[in-house]
Amino acid sequence: MRLGGRTAGLCYALAAGTIGVLSLSGCFTERQNEGAQLYTTHCASCHGDQGQGLERLIPPVAGTDYVARHRAELPCLIRKGLKGPLVVNGVEYNQVMPGHEDLTDSQITNLLNFLQTNWGNQNQPYTIREASELLGRCNGSDGQ
Amino acid sequence: MSFLTLHLTSSRAVLAGLLAAGSLLAACSSDSATTATAQSERLPIQGLRRTEPTSPTDTLPDPVPAFRLTNQEGQEITNATFAGKVYVTDFFFATCPSICPKMQSELLRVYKQFEGNPNVLFLSHTIDPAHDSIPVLRDYAERLGIKNAARWHFATASHDTIFALAKAYMTAAQVDKTVQGGFAHSGAFALVDSKRRIRGVYDGMEKSQVDQLIHDLPILLKEEQEEAATAAK
Repeated sequence: MRLGGRTAGLCYALAAGTIGVLSLSGCFTERQNEGAQLYTTHCASCHGDQGQGLERLIPPVAGTDYVARHRAELPCLIRKGLKGPLVVNGVEYNQVMPGHEDLTDSQITNLLNFLQTNWGNQNQPYTIREASELLGRCNGSDGQ
Repeated sequence: MSFLTLHLTSSRAVLAGLLAAGSLLAACSSDSATTATAQSERLPIQGLRRTEPTSPTDTLPDPVPAFRLTNQEGQEITNATFAGKVYVTDFFFATCPSICPKMQSELLRVYKQFEGNPNVLFLSHTIDPAHDSIPVLRDYAERLGIKNAARWHFATASHDTIFALAKAYMTAAQVDKTVQGGFAHSGAFALVDSKRRIRGVYDGMEKSQVDQLIHDLPILLKEEQEEAATAAK
């Protein structure tokens, strides 16, 4: 809500970008769910529909220390993907995660905010500005 | 050629008809009431026709061809490895970023459902043999929670062998540089009986279809058991 004006602006853009049939209230609902929807589309196949991961193959994103501890790195992790071993909740994983050049900064923000505030994660959400700045570290900000 | 067309387009109904005809003959020597029940619960015979029919009545699909693969423990596996068993097969690759984790987690669900049953085996083929060496396959299997190859084989072979098998198991798999990971493949699971016949194909990405597989497996196991009992008489 701190970013009320900006959110509403993005909201209109999003509504126009989709089918343009969303009413204002529908639009806000859409924004609130965008993170969850993006998760379902881009993440759930590997990380599970409840963020549970897959055995020792794919790390969970629900209730994990990693999401809190690597908060500042997560926007670039989504953008550029990941390769090589990492430890989540004390378990070592080693899989390739593809990057997502197809998401806008605000989509990455919404996706991460969904993860940071759901499924047992209680971490500070990002503003779009903050996420864009963090994405700048890996030249991954598209400014949108 | 007409038989080939028939087979490629054959529906469950046609197959059910063929099965019903077969069961009528069987009815001569067994209790017709139980045959009727068994008949309604039999899974269809599926698969592709690769050879010319040997006679006008030879209309069934060809069995799964002979194969020789290597599993995650470096052991050679062939059709004989699955003799007297039923098995579920799929195609994946270890670094697959798209459908594989979901697919393998669904197959894992089936595996766990039949945990104590030595007659149900699993066979996952890598479609990226260049990357998925035996140690990579073993690591993948272990990470998935499959400690040894007793019931679930993660197998490799030459590209040609794997892709030909994918076709035989009615799974689409091909090299495609435009998709993430470099291979396009469907998430199909094929259920194969002890006579190397495909008895079901399921979309491993759809929970409802995997539930259907879990439902169908005991039907096939019952049929296998009955046939083994008949053969023993």
